[in-house]
Amino acid sequence: MLFKIRLTPKLRDKSPESLRAAKTLEDAGLHSKGLIHRRIYLIEGELDAAKAKRAANELLVDPVIETAEVAPGDTPESEGNRLFNIMRRTGVMDPVEQSLMRALADLGVPAGGVKSVDQFEFSNAVSAKDAAVAAAALGNVVVDEARSGALTLTRLPHGKPYEFKLQLVALSKLQGDALMDVNKNHRLSLNSAEMAAIRDFFKAAGREPTDVELQTVAQTWSEHCKHKTMTGRMTYREEGKTECLFDLGAPRDGKIENLLKETIKRATDELNKPWCLSVFVDNAGVIEFEGEDAICFKVETHNHPSAIEPYGGAGTGLGGVIRDILGTGLGARPILNTNVFCFGELDTPQNQIPKGALHPRKVMRGVVNGVRDYGNRMGIPTPNGSVHFDARYTGNPLVYAGSVGLIPRNKINKASKAGDRIVVVGGRTGRDGIGGATFSSAELSSESETVSSGAVQIGNAIAEQMVQEVLVKARDADLFNAVTDCGAGGLSSAVGEMGEHLGAKVELHKIPTKYEGLSYLEVWLSEAQERMVFAVPPAKLDALLKLCKSEDVEATVIGTFEKTGQLVLDWNGKVVCDMPMKFLHDGMPRVSREAVWKPAARELPKATVKAGDANAILLAILGSPNVCSKEWVVRQYDHEVQAGSAIKPFTGPGRDGPSDACAAVPRPGGKNAVVVSNGLNTRLGDVDPYHMAMSNIDEALRNYVCAGGDIGHCAILDNFSWGNCNKPDRLGALVRACYGCYAAAKAFGTPFISGKDSLNNEFMTDAGVSVAIPHTLLISAIGRAVSLRALTTSDLKKAGNRLYVAGLTRQEFAGSHHEMLTGVRGDQPPRLDPAAALKLYRALNAAQADGLIASAHDCAEGGLAVCLAEMALGGRLGANVTLTKDLGSDDDTTLLFAESNSRIVVEVEPANEAKLKKVFAGLPLFALGEVAAAKKLSVKGVKGASLVDQPLEKLTAAFREPLYRAFGETAPATPA
Amino acid sequence: MSKPQALVLRAAGTNCERETAWTLEQAGASVEILHVNALIEAPSRLNDYQLVVIPGGFSYGDDLGSGVVFANQLRTRLKGAIEKYISDGKLMLGICNGFQVLLKAGLLTGRDVFDDPVRATLTWNLTGRYGDRWVDLRIVSEKTPFVSGRKIVSYPVAHAEGRFVAPPAVLDELEQDNQIVFQYVDGNGRPTQDFPFNPNGSDRAIAGICSKTGQVLGLMPHPERNVRHFHHPEWTRMSRDRQWGDGFELFRNAVKRAGALVTA
Repeated sequence: MLFKIRLTPKLRDKSPESLRAAKTLEDAGLHSKGLIHRRIYLIEGELDAAKAKRAANELLVDPVIETAEVAPGDTPESEGNRLFNIMRRTGVMDPVEQSLMRALADLGVPAGGVKSVDQFEFSNAVSAKDAAVAAAALGNVVVDEARSGALTLTRLPHGKPYEFKLQLVALSKLQGDALMDVNKNHRLSLNSAEMAAIRDFFKAAGREPTDVELQTVAQTWSEHCKHKTMTGRMTYREEGKTECLFDLGAPRDGKIENLLKETIKRATDELNKPWCLSVFVDNAGVIEFEGEDAICFKVETHNHPSAIEPYGGAGTGLGGVIRDILGTGLGARPILNTNVFCFGELDTPQNQIPKGALHPRKVMRGVVNGVRDYGNRMGIPTPNGSVHFDARYTGNPLVYAGSVGLIPRNKINKASKAGDRIVVVGGRTGRDGIGGATFSSAELSSESETVSSGAVQIGNAIAEQMVQEVLVKARDADLFNAVTDCGAGGLSSAVGEMGEHLGAKVELHKIPTKYEGLSYLEVWLSEAQERMVFAVPPAKLDALLKLCKSEDVEATVIGTFEKTGQLVLDWNGKVVCDMPMKFLHDGMPRVSREAVWKPAARELPKATVKAGDANAILLAILGSPNVCSKEWVVRQYDHEVQAGSAIKPFTGPGRDGPSDACAAVPRPGGKNAVVVSNGLNTRLGDVDPYHMAMSNIDEALRNYVCAGGDIGHCAILDNFSWGNCNKPDRLGALVRACYGCYAAAKAFGTPFISGKDSLNNEFMTDAGVSVAIPHTLLISAIGRAVSLRALTTSDLKKAGNRLYVAGLTRQEFAGSHHEMLTGVRGDQPPRLDPAAALKLYRALNAAQADGLIASAHDCAEGGLAVCLAEMALGGRLGANVTLTKDLGSDDDTTLLFAESNSRIVVEVEPANEAKLKKVFAGLPLFALGEVAAAKKLSVKGVKGASLVDQPLEKLTAAFREPLYRAFGETAPATPA
Repeated sequence: MSKPQALVLRAAGTNCERETAWTLEQAGASVEILHVNALIEAPSRLNDYQLVVIPGGFSYGDDLGSGVVFANQLRTRLKGAIEKYISDGKLMLGICNGFQVLLKAGLLTGRDVFDDPVRATLTWNLTGRYGDRWVDLRIVSEKTPFVSGRKIVSYPVAHAEGRFVAPPAVLDELEQDNQIVFQYVDGNGRPTQDFPFNPNGSDRAIAGICSKTGQVLGLMPHPERNVRHFHHPEWTRMSRDRQWGDGFELFRNAVKRAGALVTA
């Protein structure tokens, strides 16, 4: 019997859920005054009305705020055609159902199946048109099913059983277009040389591949898994007038054998830091921290899924990178997450959004909600990140998710051994997310939403948190030899990777599934989330399974690692795959690409502020999308769970001064902090990706040292998101950025320890125009604080303290915010002298160690003026500053707004001034003025003219309000 | 005074157990972290402890409402053991999700150990979403041994469903019985309904309440996140020699009373 339990809020349309739904519809252009949201639970099983009432009254209803109705499932509600229901599609994971099943069991109510539904009551009948809008706005067409009208069911929908049929793919006789048709029809995202290599391999073996063999090769050879562009051959050349890369370290003949090895990894190899414990070989890079503790860090992209389904895409992106940390070495415990996003402009009119793309506001809201719900539920703080905007991200937004883990030094090596059982731990396998690795390697188009909907995964953070607890306990009890996460490619990638040097046999029918009907191919390729694969010695198997059971985590033996060199997949005694690991991992043909750098003419947006009016320019930059406060986002993240937060995203009495980096003590009682920062400037890539890379590294490092990070113990990560690198101009830009990375990392002594690239970020409009994103390089820095006492925040501390700027200011405006807003073109990008910068950063560290620095903040977008404004508003204190030509220029505009690298403003108590000067002896350190009690920022020019004279209140409002406004809200009051 | 035994009780989705346990240890307790499954297997183990803390997190994903599934377990699987534990005069503390669990299990509002039906709830913040921010709280009742002195303290809140709601008669009863322990206050130290000082819109600015006996305390803000000197958002403006934050006192008080129960 099926029962329907319907819960109505007593506040009806005024309940928070009702209001939230109405607002979401309003944003989607559907007026829905009086909308009421209800929860419905459908319970099926051997139960009668009395038991259903018990479930309603003792478990489901909150009697303070809700009323419950209990009725047989086929009873129509009286509101009839004013109702609209959203529920998960049959077979799609719904965590609510799992929790409800458990709670019903606790209550003694026998249930065979349950379903949760969100029901919305409109004031009028729901038209087909309104239903379509509501389905997309309130749910997600990819995973949710919408039904208009009363909800009447006699039984819950179930899947159909699967009937085995082995599928072969005839390749042996195919060539050219016919071969590439197979590539397209099976969505393999391979090129013609790779398809030919697969054909030839199976031809030599005297047979056709099965579908699962073909897909396994495609997943393993995908750009996502293999990074074949970054590690591929290429020939680089230049056109037009440009700074020659051959003078900056590239080989004279332009021939690059392996770009990654010759730039990024080369810096790491040459630096050869003893505190780097594991680099570029595992899920994440690992460095020493303190004593027996090491820290690992990984940043991933999850761009394409987030474009189609922002909430699920971003959440599972974060879930994926957390699993990377869990699967580093023998398992690390995640201690903090970072998130960096790039979106289209929030004020884009709806009619300018290309078909097939979502509005940036919808994307951003979904992404933030997805990251919030996943990260917060995992119990991992999110204290660092940034958000950037550019029109070219509209069709192809970027979502970078990072995670830092703590791991014992003696747990960083792993290797599966012959005879180890293959155990899948965590969530069940479903049809979700099939083909993610190949999908992320393909271009987005106006049709992606319909074609690739299966490629979006559904996350359940609590399932992953449960896996995390089991993993750490099993690690400490030494219960397994190796572990890896199921990410892109699902079990095919995980088992393939772990068994690379051995061989593996997997019995696919043993893999637990969420529902009936999955084929052997689907089971093997599913990217269902929250699963880890363990290699467990037979002697430890019972202990591991027992541990899992005690934590309610499902664990299943699905096969064995065997020293056969073969990957064998079995479905109820029938072999569906039997391939050498060697072909899978080494059989991919290398391709050679052409890379051309030709500086393009930059188009500047229409000027919005008059050049020369420093007050207006300052306010405009403070309020511009890339600079303005991201409080609207940050307050939705838990940045304090685990109680390690030592530098939070916002600082000062008003809790609204932006921090440069985060610092977190990674274990209760810990004596030092991990410092994490990032650098990303999307506007410099248009000028020259070489200088962009240098600048981004400098930005990450100066943020890091401002907060008190030790520059001598700092590693960095590269994350490239680029346009389609099969196109020579995109690849040419990538080559330049990589050489910039090498130069800066080497000179700073900060090795790369991990990285990731996403090299096909273009959006094909229905008019056939391919829009590439700006060249986007995220640099993330991680290291150890000089000491807890040396941690420094950016808010001004005390009237009467002196202000200094370290570092020289030059007339560098190309790609700057001043250029963007005033339309006054800059001809020079910010350049970097890393040797000089390193001296400054070391001096700052020394001053922090001596307790000389009251506050420090870096000059980035908007230059010195914005830096001072942020420090002042953060501290709720004013500043009186006088510019001098000593700073590096006699031009006031340059001194205020140029975006030269390696500059940091510091505040020092008068008593410490002499000591500070001593620490910075021989380095560029210039007096600016002093902190003032009067709450205004006043800056005088080189000739004494008043340039900036602004009350803090106005600066604060300009900085804090724009993002709240963009989402139709007002910034809340502050405590000071 | 003997060393009291504290139990940090967790379930799937609990995520503040380690810092909570550490804080209790610093306060002088001997601490064990246990999955509720283990306690359900052997409910009499509850007798070993004088202090039980349910820490923050998202137990069972809060899938049926915050704390509901965990609360259901306490009511259905551990009822007898908890009734005995409370009648022995022992202490329970619920922080954030732990408060939601205790309240929805009925352990805070009734005259009996378990209130049935439960007469108050914690529901969606008026903002409609999760929020992490520091708040000022005034201790307005000393009915419970967890607090000492009617002062103002700062703890962070981090929740989506922290709005305390009850019918006026129940609120009056809580007030009359001095069960309202923590209230959100504005810059002038006055209880407030104004966001963001009252971060969720709680009735009568309620941030935490205790049971009629004072033995059970639940609060939405996180005292364990203001324990070390670097926790406070303005710590770099304060003396760097401060040792403990405002939140530590609550744990010290609890452990002190729990210790007295050991010798008794």
